[in-house]
Amino acid sequence: MEPLLEFQNISMRYHALSGETDVLENFSLTVEPGEFIALLGPSGCGKSTLLSLAAGLLKPDRGRVLLRGEPIQAPPVHMGYMLQRDHLFPWLTVRQNALLGLQVRGNLTEAAQRRVDALLKSCGLWDFADAFPRQLSGGMRQRAALVRTLAVDPEFLLLDERFSALDAQTRIYLADEVKGILGHDRAALLVSHDISECISMADKVVVLSRRPARIQQVHAIDLEGGPMQRRSDPRFREYFDLLWKELDVHVG
Amino acid sequence: MLVETHSAAQSAFLRRYRRRERLIVYVRWGLLALFLGLWELSARLGWIDPFLLSSPSRMAATAASLFASGELFTHISVTLGETLVGFLLGSLLGIGLAVLLWWSKTLSRILDPYLVILNSLPKIALGPVLIVWMGSGVEAIVTMTLLISVIVTLCTVLGGFNEVSPEKLTLLRSFGASKWQCFCKVVLPGSLPTVVSALKLGIGMSWVGVIVGEFLVSRAGLGYLIVYGGQVFKLDLVMAATAILCVLAALMYFCIAFLEKRLRDKRGETAG
Repeated sequence: MEPLLEFQNISMRYHALSGETDVLENFSLTVEPGEFIALLGPSGCGKSTLLSLAAGLLKPDRGRVLLRGEPIQAPPVHMGYMLQRDHLFPWLTVRQNALLGLQVRGNLTEAAQRRVDALLKSCGLWDFADAFPRQLSGGMRQRAALVRTLAVDPEFLLLDERFSALDAQTRIYLADEVKGILGHDRAALLVSHDISECISMADKVVVLSRRPARIQQVHAIDLEGGPMQRRSDPRFREYFDLLWKELDVHVG
Repeated sequence: MLVETHSAAQSAFLRRYRRRERLIVYVRWGLLALFLGLWELSARLGWIDPFLLSSPSRMAATAASLFASGELFTHISVTLGETLVGFLLGSLLGIGLAVLLWWSKTLSRILDPYLVILNSLPKIALGPVLIVWMGSGVEAIVTMTLLISVIVTLCTVLGGFNEVSPEKLTLLRSFGASKWQCFCKVVLPGSLPTVVSALKLGIGMSWVGVIVGEFLVSRAGLGYLIVYGGQVFKLDLVMAATAILCVLAALMYFCIAFLEKRLRDKRGETAG
């Protein structure tokens, strides 16, 4: 099967007056269709740069980022990028927010609008479609942001420390919901420094070193079910200890 | 969600709330009435010299005679016209320049010190130069108004544009948005409240510009009436023109405040 997303020997260097910083050095990673990969690494190791590269917002200094074998030149049409906070636009209704991506792309077809309506219904936001974000609860805002991401029918998702800004309960609840809605046919790349989150969501956890980010270890997570179910699995603890030590070894 | 039926405590709260709101309105008008009443009384009882300080009734009489002779309308329309034209030009130019400087960070950096200096310079100092350049007509007054309002509008609006969160822009760019789309979808709507504030500042500045302009050069307008009244020692005329100016400025401000409220309603900022 052709890989969905490929990072090939990526090197990135940021320049500033105070000097230059190597963020990535010869980084390679492959994401298969439907695969959920978590990138686990210390803060500031260059994880978010990887997402920006996959989102087509940055160009690598060296190496290539490929989507189905083609180099990514601009933000791919069927890509969903979720930032740390929901960033709903307060002056737009929930529905208008959800349609934003389609509008920018000029893809506001009737079929697309029906899909958004169906998403709003399945996320329990139908009664709030004409409400403004300030009228929603925290969890509903997160779901609205999720609908906005899914509206463009993404084949892969980029999740940037998606859940770290939330309280523990909402975080687990939302992670469960995201996994449920994503299903198994969409690939995802999650960037996080939260070990539990990585184990509870991903099929594969890639442990990154400190800057410049290199792949330290790759662990397949052999757990079934959603985040809630996984957390109650006895092996969850084992994975946690394993990853904790690994992260600790090269951070400490 | 709001509960439709009210408990007794909610009804009591609403009654207290409405009573306080009413009280505020009454006291506001009451203060004005008290001020005018005391002024009139002081003038009539000879506590103050009405020749120097005028009185509400003398101001009203002056305004009435101006109205009867048809002059009042001329002066008001001249001043109002100059203010509106200066305000509109200043706002359009200020917002347009803000868009340009938002677009090009380099240009913004280059012009930054000039903007700071122009912002702190009392534009009135340019009055004599303007008269030499543009003659002593309406053009000089409108230009003065424009100069006074444009820099404030530019600086305020640009500040608003630059405050829009970079993450919101990243989000939009991840949808493949162009720079122009980013501007139309996030930057402009995100800083509309700031733009409205800039308009409120601009309208105030425009009145300053027009009146100063009319002080320097003019043959009609409320500023002209004030200067003329001062020169011939008709303080009733000065006071009446000032009072009319007060009313006009307030009306124009309320127009913008009304537009602001409509905008906020539309954007759901008053909901929930």
